Amino acid sequence: MIWNSFAEFVDMHGYWPYVWGSFGVSFFLFLIEINSLRQKRRRLTQSEPS
Amino acid sequence: MGLLYAPTDATQGDAYRIIFIHVPAAWMSMVLYCAMAMWGAIGMIFNARLAYRISNSIAMTGAMMTFIALWTGALWGKPTWGAWWVWDARLTSELILLFLYVGYLSLYSAIDEPRKAAKAASLVAIIGVVNVPIIYFSVKWWNTLHQGASITLNKTSMDPRMLAAMLIMTFAFWAYAFAIILTRVNYQTLDEDAHSDWVQEELSHLRNKS
Repeated sequence: MIWNSFAEFVDMHGYWPYVWGSFGVSFFLFLIEINSLRQKRRRLTQSEPS
Repeated sequence: MGLLYAPTDATQGDAYRIIFIHVPAAWMSMVLYCAMAMWGAIGMIFNARLAYRISNSIAMTGAMMTFIALWTGALWGKPTWGAWWVWDARLTSELILLFLYVGYLSLYSAIDEPRKAAKAASLVAIIGVVNVPIIYFSVKWWNTLHQGASITLNKTSMDPRMLAAMLIMTFAFWAYAFAIILTRVNYQTLDEDAHSDWVQEELSHLRNKS
């Protein structure tokens, strides 16, 4: 662990908008993609057999 | 690892931590493009529906990886280069890659007849493959603002802790892409072949599980 405190970790020595902006948006996109597949699965299983 | 354990970079401070997303995403954007074009080519040669389906399932994830590479690149460029965007060879060719993905996807959805759509989109993908080596070698061929590779097979100019974190992230991105793409192929198959008996059987299993 290289951080002395949690606040220092969050602050990223002043680079927090860039670091967290990168990590945040990326993980947000991953969640959207996973969620869209979940919905697809729900649609598939809910449509009644013809 | 990347956020907690790897040391602060001597010149770039903590902004460099973006590397742990930026580089794996950029690698994946190129690898996935090649995979998409390859499956498109296989689809065209053998007129195989499954190959087209794999190709198409890769496109969305590939486009997302390209966007992430560009987005994190912009957020990294601002504190280190002083600009969100420059018309540098590496950046421009990666942007073209994003347009190729978008072109593939929109062509696919614009044509109603699925087989024709797959054929046309695959053709775009195959032609666009020339862009991948351009991206890869752009930092060598032209004098670019974007730095050259820090990791090569023979020597690596990187702290071993940074390298370990980056390899783990790369592996994670691979695993994620594989899982997402195979799941999408799977659901796409169930969707398109919904009329067949084995699909109905499979769906009833899925229904019982959830």
